Amino acid sequence: MSTEKPETVYLDHNATTPLHPAVKQEMTEAMELFGNPSSMHGFGREARANVEHARKTVASFIGADSANLMFTGSGSEANNTVLSIFSCSGDSCSTGSGRTGEKGETNNRKTIITTRIEHPCVLETSRCLAGQGTPVKYLDVDRYGKINMDQLSELLTDDVGLVSIMMANNEIGTLQDISEAARLVHEHGALLHTDAVQAVGKIPVDVDDLGVDFLSMSAHKIYGPKGVGALYVRPGTPFCPFVRGGHQEQGRRAGTENTLGILGMARAVQMRSEEMEDELHRIRALREQLVRGIESSIDDVVFNGHPEDYIPHTVNVSFPGAEGESILLYLDMAGIAVSTGSACASGSLDPSHVLLATGTDAERAHGSIRISMGRDTTEEQIGYLLEVLPPVIRKIRGMSTAYIGGNTYAQTG
Amino acid sequence: MLKQVNWVYSDTLKDHFMNPRNILETDDTSGFDGVGMEGNLACGDQMMVAITVNAEKEVITDCKWKTYGCASAIASTSVLSEMVKGMTLEAAFDLSPKDVTAELGGLPENKIHCSVLGDKALRAAINNYFERNNMPERVRKEKAKIVCQCMNVTDHEIEDAVLEGARSYAELQEHTKIGTVCGQCRFESEALLEKYIHLHFTE
Repeated sequence: MSTEKPETVYLDHNATTPLHPAVKQEMTEAMELFGNPSSMHGFGREARANVEHARKTVASFIGADSANLMFTGSGSEANNTVLSIFSCSGDSCSTGSGRTGEKGETNNRKTIITTRIEHPCVLETSRCLAGQGTPVKYLDVDRYGKINMDQLSELLTDDVGLVSIMMANNEIGTLQDISEAARLVHEHGALLHTDAVQAVGKIPVDVDDLGVDFLSMSAHKIYGPKGVGALYVRPGTPFCPFVRGGHQEQGRRAGTENTLGILGMARAVQMRSEEMEDELHRIRALREQLVRGIESSIDDVVFNGHPEDYIPHTVNVSFPGAEGESILLYLDMAGIAVSTGSACASGSLDPSHVLLATGTDAERAHGSIRISMGRDTTEEQIGYLLEVLPPVIRKIRGMSTAYIGGNTYAQTG
Repeated sequence: MLKQVNWVYSDTLKDHFMNPRNILETDDTSGFDGVGMEGNLACGDQMMVAITVNAEKEVITDCKWKTYGCASAIASTSVLSEMVKGMTLEAAFDLSPKDVTAELGGLPENKIHCSVLGDKALRAAINNYFERNNMPERVRKEKAKIVCQCMNVTDHEIEDAVLEGARSYAELQEHTKIGTVCGQCRFESEALLEKYIHLHFTE
């Protein structure tokens, strides 16, 4: 078996992606564009025209009107912004924005519903808001990471203002039925936000098809630059700025626009609209190759995530008896980059909250790795991974107290 | 732009991770004179140490191991297995996590707790040797002392919390719930907190 190290193999696209060459070029040119979009002179007008053109590009990619799309500093900021709207009482607010929308009817609805498998930027914010008195309720997920619509109906009491459900999970790739959730949520007079950071640019996303009121996205997950995201806000929904004190983004976010990032994001989105469909077919085939290859070469593997409703780019797999950080680092030595749900790699002591929420036991969560593919992933790269991974797992299991004689476990202490 | 590609770990650790020494290749420990196992799978690390002892000299002549865990767990057991060969049982029993960490060329602070199971498992193996050889009086068990009567928290749990990152009394309470009822143990637990921080994290 040849284990010579070819080039590096990047299989962590859910963490971030390399810049698309077209984005790199766009941004290199955009560096000359220094004007403040708020200035009335020629420098400003040129910047403004470019930012608004970019807004149109990004908005139309998700089926939105550009008036309803605001740029943010990240997907995390977009998510924080939405949650903060609903924790604000608005009663004692002197900024004049408050959280009263044109419809104005959600004022007494302060409760937030979210799921147990959200990105930390939603979960941490929810915990913070709960500490400040905002009631927060959590949707459970099944063993595949899907929420239950019956539970959603039960939780949707009259005090619920916002429901926040991620569209595609970053760790296991499971897709939620957002349009069905939106229907339920609206029936009960609440609003739906979806964190679509891992979905936009991988599968078709349309705000009207989904029926969402808020949608978050990020540039760096789709071959755009870091430090820029976007938030769709349906007209008529309540809004309160998260960053206050400026008229930018129609008064929804203070701060001079990140022209360079915004132009890069727009170019990234444009390239997605050209490349996404073909790539989806290609990635499906690569996923087949990867999953079959792992199944046929390694004993006792467990794939995490939904068997049908998933983002094909993401494969999450557990190797009982092997610990994830070790797997990650042995692969890293061979030039292959993946991520893990193991606690050891995260700096915390708890393994992946997503896997635990699906009922996966802690040991299987510690032994999980996430392989996330992208536009630059090739058949050869997956072939190389399939060559390197089986001996790595064999090696780790060979020295493990938790893997004896094939498929039994040592007594835990 | 920095081209920083160093590992977070030392070269020694990397070497022991890539080429672990003295792995127990089989699942059979019957040929050894003492066997000890510590940790559990749910927490993400478990270590088993098996020793061969020269009974006359009370010297460890061989040490094999198995570890379920991260790179620092694997490397620290590997380095420990080399350190103890030729050591007397008494000297080996007194090895501390700090000795192992030093031999490894240091560990990031959040990884210290991954490396403390090896010496624990070694002590368990040495005790096991004494038990097997009818020397129960030589078995040195570390008896846990209950510090917080209300929440039943021991000094061992305070030590574990420190290894897991607790540095203040509030953090200790977060980890252990210590002193959250009557609060009478605060003085003693703060003293233990200081002691364990000093023991594990002060050069």
